[in-house]
Amino acid sequence: MSDTTLPAVKLAAPRRMGHGTFWLASAAVALLVILALRGIGSEYAYFAATFVLQYVVLATAWNILGGYTGYVNFGAAAFFATGAYATVAFGKALGLGLLPCIGMAAIVGGALGFGTGVLTLRLRGAYFAIATLCLSVVLETIVVNWSYVGGSRGAYVMRPREVPWPFDTYSGFLCAVLVVLAAASVAIARTIEKSRLGLGLAALRDDEAAAEAAGVPTLRLKLVATSISGAMMAVAGAPLPYLGSYIEPASAFGLAYAVNAIAMPLIGGTSSWAGPLIGAVLLSSLQQAATVTISSAGNLMIVGVVLVVFVCAAPHGIIGLFRGRR
Amino acid sequence: MDPDLVLLLNGIVSGLLLGGLYAAAAAGLSVSFGMLDVVNIAHPAFMVLGAILVALLWGATGIDPLILSILLTPAFWALGAALYVAYHHFFERRGDEAIQGLAFFFGIMFIIEVGLVLTVGPDQHFADASYANTTWRMGEVDLPLRMLVPALVALSAIAGLSVFLRRTFIGRAIAAVAQDREALRLLAINPTRIKRLAFGISIAFAALAGGALVVVQPVDAWSGHVFIGRVFAIVIMGGLSSLGGCVLAALAFGVVENVTATFYGPSWSPAVAFGCLLLVLAIRPQGLFGRAA
Repeated sequence: MSDTTLPAVKLAAPRRMGHGTFWLASAAVALLVILALRGIGSEYAYFAATFVLQYVVLATAWNILGGYTGYVNFGAAAFFATGAYATVAFGKALGLGLLPCIGMAAIVGGALGFGTGVLTLRLRGAYFAIATLCLSVVLETIVVNWSYVGGSRGAYVMRPREVPWPFDTYSGFLCAVLVVLAAASVAIARTIEKSRLGLGLAALRDDEAAAEAAGVPTLRLKLVATSISGAMMAVAGAPLPYLGSYIEPASAFGLAYAVNAIAMPLIGGTSSWAGPLIGAVLLSSLQQAATVTISSAGNLMIVGVVLVVFVCAAPHGIIGLFRGRR
Repeated sequence: MDPDLVLLLNGIVSGLLLGGLYAAAAAGLSVSFGMLDVVNIAHPAFMVLGAILVALLWGATGIDPLILSILLTPAFWALGAALYVAYHHFFERRGDEAIQGLAFFFGIMFIIEVGLVLTVGPDQHFADASYANTTWRMGEVDLPLRMLVPALVALSAIAGLSVFLRRTFIGRAIAAVAQDREALRLLAINPTRIKRLAFGISIAFAALAGGALVVVQPVDAWSGHVFIGRVFAIVIMGGLSSLGGCVLAALAFGVVENVTATFYGPSWSPAVAFGCLLLVLAIRPQGLFGRAA
């Protein structure tokens, strides 16, 4: 089966932005955000922006599998932590810096996503969700028992002393890296959504049997989706050790990442690239504000309440509210 | 006797007792997830809620925790029924239950846990039953009553539930709703009412399991997390809607976990158990004790 089996679809929307234009626009927005943050220039602004942006990447990545394909992944934390520990392991073994480590994290995360896809090909709905939850527990146990990356004691990752050229502090550099990653992941998500691959995934989500019957290569598309989503989630986690200089399994595999990765796209709207972006920015800024002003337990409460209210009252997310009820 | 053999024997026996606790936790889910097709991922959170309420009531009154948990079941039944009404209204009626329903229960779970942290604090709660420090010895094998009594109470409650599902009209209607809800309408039974009742029962079982849990170990607000994977694993391995399969799977799970913990250290036991589940899901998705669809 090849891509030619998919019928060519002419979309009615005439003013659709081309892929190239969108990538350029994202690059421009990324540059503006970096400049704006540089303008503010406070360490806390960098930290808060990094926190928000890592969720933008994570939520966008989750949505490629969860939103476009309709497979709920409860193991987002596993992929996220895989990325973080890839940074620790490759940094320690090969002495690589942050940027090559992000590349390695993408490879490891993609392989893990592919493996998950192969292992869970026959599972649908809740079974897939639970299998990913199990995967998370298995990986956490392995990391806890793997003393090379610190085991349950955790690992310290020192930030390099010299800061790359245009930046004044390492936090600024880290933040800029995440801005680029976030812009790239949003652009990737949009490219997938508007391409033939996205159409195939949507067909798969709406009715897997019918899609298969219509000649959509469901098996291959599922593997592509799990791999891309896994790679991007790992990329989201890769900078984490540098953010706090310390990482330990319980927090890296924390349920907060899993619940946020699900809540953010659902709140924003899962059918479009803008949904996870809106949801992530809203929810993580809210959490960052709540952590500073109320308490860290309070911020999870907010996620829970917002999530429940949104799935009850606005099943298609914020995007759905604007498009009107279908 | 050979010390390794004694260790193995003790590991198996205490694994069986642990399995009794797991069975209690999983039985409620077997009803909601297995029979009603409601993926209640918040089930362990309800169990922890029950456990902490039992611990607080025990502190206030000194009544035996297991009796307290039985007294709590009507309140939990009502809570479950109310939750099902909301779930039905917002999701099932619209046919949106897949992702949105999962997310709904995920949110409920967080609200319960964080609500517990904010009201009773993040510290551990415990309830000491009068028999908690007694251990029966049968030859080389230890039988701590702290584990034995909750396991027996849980297993007898499950046996009661199983009889209820087989013998009574309502019980059979619950089993029927699992198979074909439209056929139920033809018999002039309202499937929503039956599901509401059954979901209440599943949450009431969470209260019972909570009572058993707090006798076995101290509980804090986040204790439910380790149970999410376990109870779903058990229910799936047991073949979803079969209570007998659920009990067998729970016992097997307890033994595997405990023997692994005895010989390789407790930090490895989750991976072995969940590795088993991943294999079961990949090779035999209908569960070890389930029939092929």
